[in-house]
Amino acid sequence: MNDWYMLTLVGEDRPGIVAAVTQALYEQGMTLGEASMLRLGGNFTVMIMVGGAEDAGQIRQALAGVVERFGLRMHVDPMAGGLHQHLAPNVLVRVVGADRAGIVAQVTGRLAAAGMNILDLDSDVAGTAEQPIYVMQIAGISETPLEQLEEALQDLTQSGVDVTIEPVETLVG
Amino acid sequence: MAVLEILKAPDPRLRQPASEVTTFDDELRAFVDDLEETRLHGPGAVGIAAPQVDRLQRVVIVDCSHTRKPVPNHGHLVLINPEITEWEGHEIGREGCLSVPDYTGNVFRASRIRLTAQDLEGRHQEFDMEGYEARAVQHEIDHLDGLLFLDRVVSRRTDLFQRKTYRKAGEPAG
Repeated sequence: MNDWYMLTLVGEDRPGIVAAVTQALYEQGMTLGEASMLRLGGNFTVMIMVGGAEDAGQIRQALAGVVERFGLRMHVDPMAGGLHQHLAPNVLVRVVGADRAGIVAQVTGRLAAAGMNILDLDSDVAGTAEQPIYVMQIAGISETPLEQLEEALQDLTQSGVDVTIEPVETLVG
Repeated sequence: MAVLEILKAPDPRLRQPASEVTTFDDELRAFVDDLEETRLHGPGAVGIAAPQVDRLQRVVIVDCSHTRKPVPNHGHLVLINPEITEWEGHEIGREGCLSVPDYTGNVFRASRIRLTAQDLEGRHQEFDMEGYEARAVQHEIDHLDGLLFLDRVVSRRTDLFQRKTYRKAGEPAG
């Protein structure tokens, strides 16, 4: 039986949120699966697989106090899937360039058309407010040879965006 | 020949330092045969270390001659009492482990190493290694020191910020 729920919390970043959230879930007998917390634009964001709840309402109830205290937005959904479904990427694409609208759509659109399945995407803006630098890393699985992926992105490279593609060979030892 | 049982984290036996090999005999050679059979039994391991099969001795096998894309390598190596004598550079790469099923993560390793080791007859050898093979050897030698790649995994965001000094903090003292 699949009893995992996907919990999403977003709000102003303050110390102690993760501790308070996980403690409240623990006290209600719930368990955690995979989780990912990130600061995006100075905001606290986390997605957590929560197990052991009777329904989504029980999770919301368990966290009502914490959500109130930290001023968080909460979202709970039943989810398919579960633990132990990791996929290992075999391609890493790095994109660096002057920030401009449309980079993500252009890069990912070409990769999708070339048959790449994105597993993980990190996109960030570095530099300064006057001179923003766009930085993106995409890890994924592709049966398409690297040369063809490179070719698919070539016109972007010519437009001032640095794109590098390298194979990822996971070392097992 | 036999496939040996692989210890899985968090087994405390994976956390113990292994001792030096002093006797190079038929028993050692038979063990290395079993270790190799065990390495090949699982899914695509390029290396294995004796502590992973509950033998606390400084013995590892590494073979980087069958990667998807060819990499510089010295073929199939049985390394007894291996020791890294020089490090250079650092790079990030993805690792998994027979002792840690269903998990992979990014780890910093030295790009180039000089390695001394003995072979199965006890003869001293020296290797200059780079890239993937150097990474494999560093991963296996960690097992001899009771370390797992889990001890070195960095956040997936870490390599956005290529701080040169970062590597030194995680560098083994040896």
